Amino acid sequence: MTEQQTKQHKPCILVTGAAGTLARQVIQRLQDSCNLVAVDSREPADLGDTIPSYCIDFNQRSFEDLFRRYHFDGVIHLGRIRSSQLTRLRRYNANVLGTQKLLDLSHKYGIRRVVVLSTYHVYGAMAYNPALINESTAMKSAGLSSDLVDSVELENLANIYQWRYPELNICILRPCNIVGPGVRNTMSTLLASHRSPVLAGFSPMMQFIHVDDMADAVVLAYKKPVCGVFNVAPEDWVSYQHALALSGCARVPVPSIPPVLPRVILRTLRLKRFPAYLIAFFKYPVVIDGRTFAREFNFTPRRPLKEIFRFYKDNKTPV
Amino acid sequence: MGLVSFLKSRLVSTEQEKHIHHMQKLIGTLGYDPWGYNNETARYGLSLAKPIYEKYFRVEASGVDNIPAEGPVLIVGNHSGQLPIDGLLVGYALASREKSPRFPRAMIERFFPTVPWLGNLLNEVGGTLGDPVNCARMLANNEAIIVFPEGVRGSGKLYRDRYKLQRFGTGFMHLAMKYNAAIVPVGVVGCEESIPAIANIKPLAKLLGLPYVPVALPVVLPSKVHLNFGSPMYFTGTDTSETRIEEQTEEVKAEINRLIAKGLQERESVF
Repeated sequence: MTEQQTKQHKPCILVTGAAGTLARQVIQRLQDSCNLVAVDSREPADLGDTIPSYCIDFNQRSFEDLFRRYHFDGVIHLGRIRSSQLTRLRRYNANVLGTQKLLDLSHKYGIRRVVVLSTYHVYGAMAYNPALINESTAMKSAGLSSDLVDSVELENLANIYQWRYPELNICILRPCNIVGPGVRNTMSTLLASHRSPVLAGFSPMMQFIHVDDMADAVVLAYKKPVCGVFNVAPEDWVSYQHALALSGCARVPVPSIPPVLPRVILRTLRLKRFPAYLIAFFKYPVVIDGRTFAREFNFTPRRPLKEIFRFYKDNKTPV
Repeated sequence: MGLVSFLKSRLVSTEQEKHIHHMQKLIGTLGYDPWGYNNETARYGLSLAKPIYEKYFRVEASGVDNIPAEGPVLIVGNHSGQLPIDGLLVGYALASREKSPRFPRAMIERFFPTVPWLGNLLNEVGGTLGDPVNCARMLANNEAIIVFPEGVRGSGKLYRDRYKLQRFGTGFMHLAMKYNAAIVPVGVVGCEESIPAIANIKPLAKLLGLPYVPVALPVVLPSKVHLNFGSPMYFTGTDTSETRIEEQTEEVKAEINRLIAKGLQERESVF
């Protein structure tokens, strides 16, 4: 068998959000066994000569050309725009309408496996949350903050497509805070700072997963065609302020009572790394139960919390 | 040794350290569990509770060995005294017993997580939001859980209603049956007199979002406390009607009433 023929037998996968660290890690893990095509709607991803990379809006007509050209077998959709990025409308267009386009094309071109990256933020943070929230718990964040509506809508869309087109084999992953080298989300930025804000008197329990472990989880999810929604989190917990202390961050308290005060302060300051709409996540715990995913996909995170925080302590520069 | 380390070493004696070591809980690598319990804080909490239990309230506990050494347990008692001192004392009684000590969890009012500092502190020493889902998951983890089915109806009642059990919720009975948990009744005598309230300022409570605002002395009085633990009660059955559940709840309530009467009889004086 020639090398050319061997290559043709490899599955071809579209990976979105390619400029992000998680996608890069996923690509690194799959590039030997799969033909990969990387796409990012925000910025071009430099992945070398071997992996075709495109910076393209999913809502553009030319996006379909990729499906025509590459005959994808699967899609790994990691390109959710975070709530701290873009405006609410542009985020809605990218996350909801863009995902709808992606799923429509996946159906049209006979894709057999779709993995969608969501977030634990969809559960919403409130005082009455029980611990170890499982996947069947209601997604309350849409009712708590309009800035998180697009994240919930994205999941709803994926669920609708799963029921309408079961052959897509959609798997939705709801990870806890993804952190580690190169990660640029809100939590990673806070841990990497010299000084980070906290709500005075509140230090909710949090969960953190190293980006390498999350990449392993995404690859495992892609390889085993099990449909459904899965939380992804290690069985380890730490309070927010303790995490900051272990990461070598000085804590800057923001007054927390009356509840309207921190909201006004944060809206006035417009801190990107401590946004007003995420304030409840720094006040009340949202502890998810990742045991179903761990059992179903035989997943065990390898990076302990101490190692994660040691990295941030030793690397006090913006990531 | 730094000042903080020195103070910590003075606070927790070697003997206490050994005792606490026997009560290993399922925790993560940094000493926390999913509900916010923290091993380190709990150690200091126990050390601070010791003089409160032994010297201030001079607690006399009988039958604490009735609580099974392992497996899911609901310790169900009468709630009183405006503050959750009764929960603290019941918890300490179990955690400090000689044979098979256990560090119990306590279901706390839904209001506490919204209170800065206090909410986190209660979580770190074993308090957990009083939600049936939390209780169910902890029973599945074989925890011993302190429950006051009267809720704020019990803790916020006035002095004139002392030792009159208020309406019991039935949630604990459903959970005990589902998880085959033992119910150990406990009669608490003495906490009613620790903060006697003569009235409740309801409009102010509503304004502040508090369950109640008692008119009481701004001190916790050193009343003598008697804890009487009953024998474990087991309730089994699936698809039990709500009427039957209520009857079983009444059985537990009657047993607690009996234990309260026993404590009142044993008590020689309030202080």
